[in-house]
Amino acid sequence: MAVTVRTFASTGEAAAALSSDRGARYFGGGTLVMRALNEGDISISTIVRASDHALTRIDATGSRVTIGAGVTFARILAECGLSFLHAAARSIGGPAVRNMGTVGGNLFAATPYGDFTVALLALDAMVSVQGGLGSRDVPIEEFLQTRERQTGTLVLAVSFQKPASADAFRYRKIARIKPKGGAVITLAAHLPVSSGRIVGARIALGSMAPTQIRARAAERALEGRTLDGATISAAAAAAIEGTSPADNALASGWYRREIVGVHLRRLLSGQE
Amino acid sequence: MAKTALQFRHNGRDVAIFVDGGTNLLVALRELIGDMTPKFGCGQGGCGACSVLIDGELHLSCLTLAETVAGRSVETLDGIKDGPSLHPLQRAFADNFAAQCGYCTPGILMAAKALLDRNPQPSRAEVVEAISGNICRCTGYEPIINAVLAAASVGRARA
Repeated sequence: MAVTVRTFASTGEAAAALSSDRGARYFGGGTLVMRALNEGDISISTIVRASDHALTRIDATGSRVTIGAGVTFARILAECGLSFLHAAARSIGGPAVRNMGTVGGNLFAATPYGDFTVALLALDAMVSVQGGLGSRDVPIEEFLQTRERQTGTLVLAVSFQKPASADAFRYRKIARIKPKGGAVITLAAHLPVSSGRIVGARIALGSMAPTQIRARAAERALEGRTLDGATISAAAAAAIEGTSPADNALASGWYRREIVGVHLRRLLSGQE
Repeated sequence: MAKTALQFRHNGRDVAIFVDGGTNLLVALRELIGDMTPKFGCGQGGCGACSVLIDGELHLSCLTLAETVAGRSVETLDGIKDGPSLHPLQRAFADNFAAQCGYCTPGILMAAKALLDRNPQPSRAEVVEAISGNICRCTGYEPIINAVLAAASVGRARA
């Protein structure tokens, strides 16, 4: 079925077109929306594009990083200032998907996809969105909780504080096929350390609930402590709390619950 | 619904077609231009059979909105041979039994070409990574990996 394609020079016009038409979807790299069209998704009648260069900009020079929503994973991998995100970017698709798929689109990718968003959730990213009434910044957690209602908004960029050291940010994706495959589960941890103790730990999980979630009980187990064996065990034991993983072709919910603590332990203790 | 005029370079030749809104590049290449080398496998980005190069970068044509290649250069398997002479990668695939049913071969050749164009002497791990987005259900991949390494050792594949 043919759809209407509308391309705009500015994000403002694109956002207005998106918010005024229930059947409109923003078209980024194509790995989600073109796939939906190929599968005959009749809820999409219009696709909206924007050629604004701001969408493909990366600013990683200062302590706060801003990545345009249209930046591809291949671009992230080419950016040495973003080396802490390379493991997450490399874990997505094959080379062709990384040349196409975008950071903004990943925010909308349902399980077993959306791995990069797990990393962004652990980094406490802000999502800049533009609706019909103007632009605003939404904390990523709030964005994910209201994701189903966000189809009428245009994501402009994500921004977050750079981790203080390479060791402070960790990422792990469990897949059955290597190096490419949908996630069984995905984990990311941001562990800022202040005078030997963890302050402001954030652990994010993918495929453990309908959207990416934080493992708050595990975060509490880490807070204010040193990353020793007892702390890691307490966090690993708490990883399952608040999760509601589903069954799919890659793994059962039961299996996901069984392994999430094991992989959190490996992530925190720096094991391969 | 109105069709959109689209011009781009296809294997070094300028082409002009009219596409319906939402047409993907694979349909445009196969049905409107008649280039049958990119294959339809899954339509979801999972198999890599439709892989082509857009301005030298590996893309999945089934997930590419045809209109987005306006003014750009699209290269498919049909463009890599030189008359009756096979491309070194094609030669290496034949010599190393890297194709069985052949359905995945055009996509894998383009993925391998994308690799060798920017990295003429890849390691085995780099070859595995480069074809990781392409599914082959016949060969078990080993002959394919060996063929790409053989093509690389023969010399830099033609740009």
